[in-house]
Amino acid sequence: MVKEEQELANRPDNTAFTQQRLPAWQPMLSAGIVIPGFVLIGLAFIGIGVALFVTSRSIQVLEFDYTGVDQNSPCFKCSDPKVLNCVCNLNFSIDSLFKGTVFFYYGLSNYYQNFRKYGVSKDDVQLSGDLTNFKTPSDTCSPYAYDSNNQPIVPCGSIANSMFNDAFKLYQIINGTNTLVPFDGKGIAWWTDYNIKYRNPSITPLKNAFNNTVKPIFWSKPAYELDTSDPANNGFINQNFLVWMRRAALPNFRKLYGRINEGDYAQGLPAGNYSLEIAYNYPVLSFDGRKKVVFSNVSWMGGKNEFLGIAYLVIGSMCVFMSIVMLIVYAKFKFPEEDGVPGH
Amino acid sequence: MLRRRLNRLLGGDERRVDSRTIYVGHRSSSTTEAFIPPKFCDNRIVSSKYTVWNFLPKNLFEQFRRIANFYFLIIFLVQVIVDTPTSPVTSGLPLFFVITVTAIKQGYEDWLRHKADNEVNKYPVTVLEQGRKIRKESEKIKVGDVVEVEEDETFPCDLILLQSSRDDDTCFVTTASLDGESNHKTHYTVPDTEKDLESLNATIECEQPQPDLYKFVGRMHIYKNEQEPAVRSLGPENLLLKGATLKNTQKICGVAVYTGMETKMALNYQGKSQKRSAVEKSINAFLLVYLCILVSKALVCTTLKYVWQSKPGQDEPWYNEKTQREKDTNLYLKMFTDFLSFMVLFNFIIPVSMYVTVEMQKFLGSFFITWDKDFFDPEIKEGALVNTSDLNEELGQVEYVFTDKTGTLTQNNMEFIECCIDGFQYKYRDANSELDGFCVTDGPVNKVQEKAGREREELFLRALCLCHTVQVKESTKQSQGDGLIDQVDGFGVDGEVPRPPQEQRGFIASSPDEVALVKGAMRYGFTFLGLESKTMKILTRNNDVEMYELLHVLNFDPVRRRMSVIVRSKSGDTLLFCKGADSSIFPRVRQEEVERIRMNVERNATEGYRTLCVAYKYLSAEEYAQADAGLREARLALQDREEQLITIYNQVETGMSLIGATAVEDRLQEEAAETMEALQGAGIKVWVLTGDKMETAKSTCYACRLFQRNTELLELTVRTLDDGGRRREERLHELLLEYHKKAVQDAPPVKAGVTRTWSSATQDYGFIIDGATLSMVLNSSSESNSSRYKNLFLQICQNCASVLCCRMAPLQKAQIVKMVKNSKGSPITLSIGDGANDVSMILEAHVGIGIKGKEGRQAVRNSDYAIPKLKHLKKLLLAHGHLYYVRIAHLVQYFFYKNLCFILPQFLYQFFCGYSQQPLYDAAYLTMYNICFTSMPILAYSLLEQHICMEVLLDNSTLYREIAKNAMLRWGPFLYWTLLGVFHGLLFFFGVRYLFSNPALQDNGQVFGNWSYGTIVFTVLVFTVTLKLALDTRHWTWINHFVIWGSLAFYMFFSFFWGGIIWPFLKQQRLYFVFANMLSSVSAWLVIILLILLSLLPEILLVVFRKPRGPHARQLSEGGLLQTSRLQRSHHYPTST
Repeated sequence: MVKEEQELANRPDNTAFTQQRLPAWQPMLSAGIVIPGFVLIGLAFIGIGVALFVTSRSIQVLEFDYTGVDQNSPCFKCSDPKVLNCVCNLNFSIDSLFKGTVFFYYGLSNYYQNFRKYGVSKDDVQLSGDLTNFKTPSDTCSPYAYDSNNQPIVPCGSIANSMFNDAFKLYQIINGTNTLVPFDGKGIAWWTDYNIKYRNPSITPLKNAFNNTVKPIFWSKPAYELDTSDPANNGFINQNFLVWMRRAALPNFRKLYGRINEGDYAQGLPAGNYSLEIAYNYPVLSFDGRKKVVFSNVSWMGGKNEFLGIAYLVIGSMCVFMSIVMLIVYAKFKFPEEDGVPGH
Repeated sequence: MLRRRLNRLLGGDERRVDSRTIYVGHRSSSTTEAFIPPKFCDNRIVSSKYTVWNFLPKNLFEQFRRIANFYFLIIFLVQVIVDTPTSPVTSGLPLFFVITVTAIKQGYEDWLRHKADNEVNKYPVTVLEQGRKIRKESEKIKVGDVVEVEEDETFPCDLILLQSSRDDDTCFVTTASLDGESNHKTHYTVPDTEKDLESLNATIECEQPQPDLYKFVGRMHIYKNEQEPAVRSLGPENLLLKGATLKNTQKICGVAVYTGMETKMALNYQGKSQKRSAVEKSINAFLLVYLCILVSKALVCTTLKYVWQSKPGQDEPWYNEKTQREKDTNLYLKMFTDFLSFMVLFNFIIPVSMYVTVEMQKFLGSFFITWDKDFFDPEIKEGALVNTSDLNEELGQVEYVFTDKTGTLTQNNMEFIECCIDGFQYKYRDANSELDGFCVTDGPVNKVQEKAGREREELFLRALCLCHTVQVKESTKQSQGDGLIDQVDGFGVDGEVPRPPQEQRGFIASSPDEVALVKGAMRYGFTFLGLESKTMKILTRNNDVEMYELLHVLNFDPVRRRMSVIVRSKSGDTLLFCKGADSSIFPRVRQEEVERIRMNVERNATEGYRTLCVAYKYLSAEEYAQADAGLREARLALQDREEQLITIYNQVETGMSLIGATAVEDRLQEEAAETMEALQGAGIKVWVLTGDKMETAKSTCYACRLFQRNTELLELTVRTLDDGGRRREERLHELLLEYHKKAVQDAPPVKAGVTRTWSSATQDYGFIIDGATLSMVLNSSSESNSSRYKNLFLQICQNCASVLCCRMAPLQKAQIVKMVKNSKGSPITLSIGDGANDVSMILEAHVGIGIKGKEGRQAVRNSDYAIPKLKHLKKLLLAHGHLYYVRIAHLVQYFFYKNLCFILPQFLYQFFCGYSQQPLYDAAYLTMYNICFTSMPILAYSLLEQHICMEVLLDNSTLYREIAKNAMLRWGPFLYWTLLGVFHGLLFFFGVRYLFSNPALQDNGQVFGNWSYGTIVFTVLVFTVTLKLALDTRHWTWINHFVIWGSLAFYMFFSFFWGGIIWPFLKQQRLYFVFANMLSSVSAWLVIILLILLSLLPEILLVVFRKPRGPHARQLSEGGLLQTSRLQRSHHYPTST
């Protein structure tokens, strides 16, 4: 008895796991699976690709560089940094209806919002409305934490300080008179940014919260006066401010400025002559940057982007092509142990 | 232990000449001399490494001595000190995790050691002090203390036996826990010591502690009332070793000579040296490559940063003004910190978690060997044993197997088959199985042809009964000694007919041959009754009890290959009986007797029996007196005692006359031949290294199919050397050249090992060499010849299918292993053996395997793996080894791959962010990537993968060749994986880069920022590397499914969670809702799918084109048709690209 027990104690467990005999699925990537698989994937990709390509093609885009490097450019006069409060008009015409809700973007080139030091130069606690950080902004905001009088800057940091401050007004010229095409500035920033992440201090009027602080050095107006027309669009939850604070990934980027979705223009911009009035404030030439504006409508895939459609088409056709090649190889060397296998 | 001896013999450490003096009972020798008690270490055994106080610093120090840990520490410190892009947490947390896990494991192991130490150190012992018995803790024993030990207690330190409760001044001990020999050994008290220990005034002079268990020399000076001190020699027979157990003796008293860490046991347990596997070397090489990649990446980025900044406006655009401190910093210092920042940013390319994963894989994976029920042997009721898990994968890389013969290829289960007396053959047959009515009445002795004279017959049988060191197992002990004694008569010979009652007597001996011989003599009517106070009693055929006084035992040792006893019969004749190998007996007997016996011996040997020759001589009174004096003198010698003893042994054992020879069968192990065949099929070269003689070994080789009938044997033995009648040196030279021409030059050129097919029509060669010739080859007179011979010899051997080295001393076995190990291409060697004589080669080889055989446990203890039977070697290598290798090789390559394509996008991003060290991924992702998101699938893979199932691996030994020579970790596959990583990294980054040419990716026209960019890349990355592994997985158990899909699900869940909450401890809420927003964009989904598929497509194509015959491979994997040729092709691993 004792010996039996001992034997039992020493004998390894006879379970599937310990004996490495767990039931297992052993997939084999055989031609029989791969060829139809490739055909299916290829066809699906081609389908998606065609859809993407067609959609992307249907998106209308109108883009103007208004930096004013060129002497003929209407904004050339404003490109000199010494000229202050310069306004220039960009005239253009649309031949046919610019369909759908038209989105208006401004774009910057050679502008590195993704610099590491630049990126950390903000105070998220302050921006969530915490008043203690109004008095003592985080160190990361340096050198835009305090002004020369040692007053705290609110909102602090490089990102906020360098907020894009060109202003745009679009007019349609109908029979020589300018009709304002209104930009809707609501809903251009992420919903969560506007409603949760960024908060104004719960003090009314908002202005009082900013006592004993100074506005960012570059700004002309304090944060609580960014949008005089809409009190809910001020402070840290100003939509343009929120758009700016979401840093771009690449040095050439565009940011949403507004939508044209009101009144007569809800169905798009009708054909005709237009004039874009630009309050030219933002200097970019010092670092060889460029500024542009973009009119675009969007689809289910977002803005115009030919890359995706082409990529899908190419990959899809490659899959189909490969499946044909495989089929030929497979048909030719169906019994490889008799005919020999290529490469062996 | 043997390694130490080896070192010493090879001239490793100097022999210590100084000796120590011990005052028995701390009584000074004379009152006049100033008594200065010498200082010795106390009797504490410390096997633990740490104490509570020094654990933290010491363990940390040890851990950071590992180059990888140190590297991560440096990175961490840089992050703390320098303003770097990622927070110190990103590298600190994984490092902390790794260090903590390791520290806990090591702490636990040390705690166990502490517990064991305490058990030993606090054990109560009795010490005699001034005539009183005092109970003390074992650790308080000092050198010179007189210690009392009772029956069944273990000795607390090394003692010189002074007094025994037995009448004959002996005591019995068993050293089972030391060397595994469970027989009772007799130890003797120092002769002529006074019975009254209290008045004993003596000093002991003995050598300094040394680890050899079987060697001890010392001298005892006994002072008696102003007389000239009496001197007694002390040898190993007087020394009781710590760890041994007292048996059959009520109590003994002894004086402590070595205590604590100086005891022989402690000296022997100082850990084995670490063996490193080839895989580990590959890892280190790859690590170096990646370190270079890392440094060059950082250098490139730093350089480009400053080139780029030199353009006007780029260095400090107005929107990104520098702080005053940055402006003041020295340019070169800035460059340096930038370099460090880049290093930190890219440091993830060297995965901190790889070491943990590899270690876990090894540790957990080794359980599968222990758990394997195929390794369970019902006879010894034990399975396989894993002593080190570091070498699992090495089992899949073995190129040379060195195997012992006795107990390994054969069962070491000796059975007396026949004997020959004066040239007449006697074959024993069982009375019951007698069919031919030959000599039914004649008792068990059968006359096969003719009989030798009765007198000679009896002399021979007496010799068998007397010339041995066998002990009779006392029947009273039977009940309690049952579990311990495994070398008992009749063990495993169950097939035999019931024996007469007297045969159930139990014999205990260190060598099973001796038991077989004594049992053999018993069958012929001569029974050994036992040894009592130096008197051997035997029961003769006529039922008379004869008494012989045992005067001397000339012990067996593997160099002399014989042993003798000198006995005095009742009639007063002094006789010397000697038994030993024929080669060591024949030169020492009268030559005219040899021929009659030699024929029989050689015939027996070719039949595969172990033969021993028996000789005797009468010693005249003068001769005996001379021998006696010589022996005593040699035993007293303090220095070179061994050599002196051997000299005197050789003097005594001359001029004997040969009586006969015995043949003992040692059956082949189960499936020995199949195992050997499988090993050879796997491209492994099998060398048999044995101490046995050539004919026996050769027949075993034939029986094991190591030599086939068509194998041409190249013999290089003393016999062939003597053939030509010329000087041996010349002949050796000639033969070597001849064989070299045959085996090496004329052989068709084949690539070593890998491509050679075993079934090819080319002539197979077998090579035979014996110990004497080997030492000639290795230690040739002239230095230049020596190395040349060695080269020739190696080349011949490497071209032979199998090699047999016979008549090897243990050291020579190790020498051969070492020679092959260090030869060109440094092949992986494996030694397998079961006895103490195999320990040296087990330690020497890359992988040492012990067989849990009958020759004690020494081999098992010194081995890396122990298995119960030889047949288990096949599965161990072909199935376990193969799988382990494939698993760990894939693990290593995959780890480097996944970290390369992890970091490459981050590197590429630097070109788009003005080289500002902006991380692409969020810190949480950087930290969790290797710990959580991608660690479990590869661990599960590396534990469970069976790319070819076990049965197929076992049935097709040729599959083993495909992974030979570290095939999956050579630079080719490494390059393949690296390129794959680069390809994937480029794809991930630029795919998303082109998507972001218009960052308005949502249907509401909103734009994505940089964290969205990184998150898309990261999502593609996690999915791709996980699915890549899924593609490589051939064996999907539920665990694989669980971890692979679970990891992906966890990633999704974590990302939602991480982005779904404003984390109060975070300074910046970078990822707030980034992931959710990403998923709301159709374009992001499409690009993720596109990139994952595009990354994996080439992989799928490769798999398909590598084996266009899927259906057949499927059949194979289901255990259907098994054809090696197909399987070879179905192998899907990118072993070479």
